[in-house]
Amino acid sequence: MAVQLLKERYASQVGSVVLGATKEQGGTRSVSITVGGEATLPFQHYEGSMPNRPIIAMEVVDIEPSWPEALMKDLGDVVKDPALWAKKCVEEWGADVIYVALDGADPDGANKSPEECAKTVKDILAAVSVPLIVVGCGDLEKDHDVMAKVAEEAAGENLLLGVAEQEDYKSLVAACLGGGHSIIARSPLDINICKQLNILITEMNMPTDRIVIDPMIAGLGYGIEYVYSIMERGRMGALQSDKMLAMPMIVTVGFEAWRAKEAWASEEDFPQWGIQAERGPAWEAMTSAALIQGGADILCMRHPQAVQATKKHIEQLMETK
Amino acid sequence: MIIIGERINGMFTDIGEAVKTKNPKPLQEWAIKQKEGGAHYIDLNTGPSCDDRVAGMKWMVEVVQEVCDLPLVLDSTNYDAIEAGLKLCKKPAMINSVPAERPKIERVFPMAVEHNAQIIGLTMNEKGIPKNADARVALAMELVAAADEFGLPMEDLFIDPLILPVNVAQDHVPEVLEAIRQIKFLADPAPRTVLGLSNVSQKSPDRPLLNRVYLAMAAACGLDAAIADANDDSLMETAASVEILLNQAIYCDSYVKVYRTR
Repeated sequence: MAVQLLKERYASQVGSVVLGATKEQGGTRSVSITVGGEATLPFQHYEGSMPNRPIIAMEVVDIEPSWPEALMKDLGDVVKDPALWAKKCVEEWGADVIYVALDGADPDGANKSPEECAKTVKDILAAVSVPLIVVGCGDLEKDHDVMAKVAEEAAGENLLLGVAEQEDYKSLVAACLGGGHSIIARSPLDINICKQLNILITEMNMPTDRIVIDPMIAGLGYGIEYVYSIMERGRMGALQSDKMLAMPMIVTVGFEAWRAKEAWASEEDFPQWGIQAERGPAWEAMTSAALIQGGADILCMRHPQAVQATKKHIEQLMETK
Repeated sequence: MIIIGERINGMFTDIGEAVKTKNPKPLQEWAIKQKEGGAHYIDLNTGPSCDDRVAGMKWMVEVVQEVCDLPLVLDSTNYDAIEAGLKLCKKPAMINSVPAERPKIERVFPMAVEHNAQIIGLTMNEKGIPKNADARVALAMELVAAADEFGLPMEDLFIDPLILPVNVAQDHVPEVLEAIRQIKFLADPAPRTVLGLSNVSQKSPDRPLLNRVYLAMAAACGLDAAIADANDDSLMETAASVEILLNQAIYCDSYVKVYRTR
């Protein structure tokens, strides 16, 4: 006798968000990409539809980053030029979108002006035709000016701009509303703050289909189980009709995975950990693999090999019905 | 906690009068007001003074739907009136109500399935309302069996164990709580439960106090819905808190607002 699978019935589904605007939509992108829309838990195709696969946003920094040697070696010289770097991500490494980190704006670092930052974004827009995600340097005051300028200069492109947090969201929401962009709402691994922040942002008249949740994550080995549980709780809420949790999720995989010692420590120091050239990308790919099971829709990644492995993995999961 | 706004009922003088004279204004005002209060469904009852209940119900459904997009609860003992109303409903509606009596079950359940409607089933029969929890649960079981028999999804059956006024039948009040608790074990998935909440405080002073305390008590026993005063702020705040405290909705600081605006 055939086994009868018990299927869950969900009352609602995750909303979808469109990244990028084509010419017809008022921008210059060759494609726009839709994320979210799940009517089931990840890849449970027999219980509900998952119309859009998780996508990969490769990270490009506006200044040469001080990332681990193992990662820098494989990225090569392009890290000196963000536009070229972005181009290589799309054309050679298969990035769906580009995740631009404007670290150069940091007042304690390169201290680039808002104008310079906006120019970098425009250069990348010119170099690639995929949608962009743009985040600031993390300095609250500086980011207000930088993101306002970026939003204004790239008006109509429907960028995904970050990040809004509970203590500091108004100026970014205003910038996104003004330039027709979408927003990343970040909460510190806290589902209650996540929901509250989404409410606060929608109260400023930002439509829910222009909000993406960044639940904040940890890399493999550094509390990823807790991350998974938070993401799953949010996703279950969304599927049970909680509209204020029903947004797609973005996760900063590259940032977290490459902070792990297991990814960057040298073979001399830890010979028993295996070949470093494989270990780092594997750590990043494994972090991605875990988080897409938690419901991640946009994976921000760094290493080309990790990207390749993750894309293949997603493809297989999408086909397994 | 689903709140079904109770106010558009011919038992209230303004509504009774409006139904008689076909004046849509009071109905439409109350529909909007109850939605603003946070009601999730709107109950419609022509009241006893309406001569032609079929025409009355049809008219009520039409005028309320003109101004309010909430799903409707068609409340009548006249099943022809309910059926006529169901045909006009834009969203799947709820039938209020059917007792555990075979001829009425045979009339109402197929009609609900045909129109994709939910049903409020009462734990009473020809003999009236039982005195204790066990007898209420026995009648609930008949309704659960009917849902199975006629193919009504179990979540679409709302069982009402019938609360009586505390100043008339005080001993029934805890029995109804026990009945709610047991009804949730009758099937898997369980049927849902509903109360005509305001009945508990009929003719008592400070009715909102009794209503909201009983709502919280019943919710802890497994109550899913209440036909109630959606414009009683303290009641709606209680309902919002109940969902949070029972872990039915994910907490956030604006939980009351979220509850009332979804």
